[in-house]
Amino acid sequence: MEGAREMIRTGLAVAVLAFAATALVAQSDPIAARKALMKANGDQNKVATEMLEGKRPFNVDEAKKVLATFAEAGEKAPALFPDDSKTGGDTAALPAIWENKADFQAKLAKFAQESKAASNATNDLDSFKIQITEVRKNCGGCHQTYRKRTS
Amino acid sequence: MLRKLVIFAVILAVIGAAAFWLITMPASVPASALAPYAPNLENGARMFHAGGCASCHATPKQEDKTRLGGGLALKSPFGTFFTPNISPDGKDGIGNWSEADFLTAMWKGTSPDGSHYYPAFPYTSYQRMKMEDVRDLFAYLKTLPPVEGKPRDHDLPFYLKIRRLLGGWKFLYLNGRQFQPDPAKSAEENRGAYLVNGPGHCAECHSPRNPLGGVIVSERFAGGPDPEGGDGWIPNITPAGIGDYSQRDIERILETGEMPNGDSVGGPMAAVVSEISKLSNEDRAAIAAYLKSLPPVKGPKRP
Repeated sequence: MEGAREMIRTGLAVAVLAFAATALVAQSDPIAARKALMKANGDQNKVATEMLEGKRPFNVDEAKKVLATFAEAGEKAPALFPDDSKTGGDTAALPAIWENKADFQAKLAKFAQESKAASNATNDLDSFKIQITEVRKNCGGCHQTYRKRTS
Repeated sequence: MLRKLVIFAVILAVIGAAAFWLITMPASVPASALAPYAPNLENGARMFHAGGCASCHATPKQEDKTRLGGGLALKSPFGTFFTPNISPDGKDGIGNWSEADFLTAMWKGTSPDGSHYYPAFPYTSYQRMKMEDVRDLFAYLKTLPPVEGKPRDHDLPFYLKIRRLLGGWKFLYLNGRQFQPDPAKSAEENRGAYLVNGPGHCAECHSPRNPLGGVIVSERFAGGPDPEGGDGWIPNITPAGIGDYSQRDIERILETGEMPNGDSVGGPMAAVVSEISKLSNEDRAAIAAYLKSLPPVKGPKRP
C-alpha cells in the first residue's frame, strides 16, 4: 500500500516535472519548440506516404499516431508564436502570422480538429487514405501564406 | 568643320531614334495568320491548369478560382504589379478580345491597343506555346464567369511607366521562337519540356535574373533569391538541386505538394500545385522526366 502510494507520488512528480520542462522549453525557445513539432509532422507524414504507397505495411496504430501527431501540433502551435519570436533561430515564419493572428490560429485549430476526426474515422488503409488526403489539404493553407519561401 | 560635325550628329541622332522606334515597336499577330479552327475546350482547360492562370489572375482570397478578376499584388525589384482582369467581362476583362488579340498578348506581350505588357506577365514562356494550345485556352477562358471591375494600376517608378521602353527589353529577351522538340530526348521528356518551358513557365520563378530582370540563361532552373523580396529562396530544380528526388518524388510533389522529407510545399508553389494536380498523371510524369533530364546547374550561392 505504502509502496503503491510512493510510486504514484513519484510518478506524479515525474509527470509534473516533465510537463514543466516541456512548458519551460516552449517558453524559453518557442522557435525551437515549433520547429520540432513541424519536424515531427514531416516525419510522420513520410510514414503515412509509405503506407499509402505500399512501401510499409498498413498498421492502424501507426496511422492513428500520424494523425495524433498532427493534432498535437495543431493544438500546441498557437502558443508557440509569441510576439518576441518573429525572428531568430533560423525561423521560416513570416511577419504575416502576427498581422493575421486570428486567421493563423483558426487554421491551426481547424487542422487539429480535423486530424482528430480523421483519426476516429480511420480503421483500415482505404479509410486512412481518404482521411489523410483531406487533412493534408490544411498544410498548404499556412505554408502558402505564413512561411518564407523555401520550397 | 563645325557645320559638318553638327550635320553628322543630327544624322546619327535620327538613325538612333529610328532604330529605337523600330526596335521598340510593339509586335502583333495579324488576324490573317489564323486559319479557321474548332477549339478543343478540354485541352483549353488543360492549358489553363498547366499555366496556373488562376494562381495570379483569380481575385485573391476567393474560393472560386475560375473568377479571374485579377488584383493580386506581385512584388518585384522594379515595383509592384497588380494582375489584370482576364475574365470574359466585356468592359473590364477580355470579353471583347479577338483570337488575334489573345495570341498577340501571349506570344508578343502586346495589348489590343498596341502597347507593351510588362514581363511580369510571362510571355517570354508563353511565346513557346503552340497556336492551337493558345486558341484552345482562349476558348476555355471565354467559358468562365465574367467578373466586373478593374484592379488598380501598377505601382512603378515613373521611368518604368514609359511602356515603349519595354520594346528594348523584349529586343533582348523575347525571341519569338516556338517550342522545338529535342530529337535527343524521349517523347515524354519533350512533352515535359513543352509544359515546363511553355505554359508552365516554371523558369520564370525558378531562375535567377540579371539587373534588367532578364532570366540568366546559363542558370535557368537553378533557383535564386526570392524576387518578391524578403530572405526567401527559390529552389534549384535542376539535378544539382533536386538530384536526389526520384521520378516518383517529383510526381508526388506536383500532385499533392508533399516533398520527400514529409514537408509540404509552400509559398506560391502551393497554388501552383493546386493547379498542376488537375493535370493527368501522364503530364505530371512528363514534367518530372524532363526535370530529371536537365543538366545539373549550380545557381547563385545561397547565403
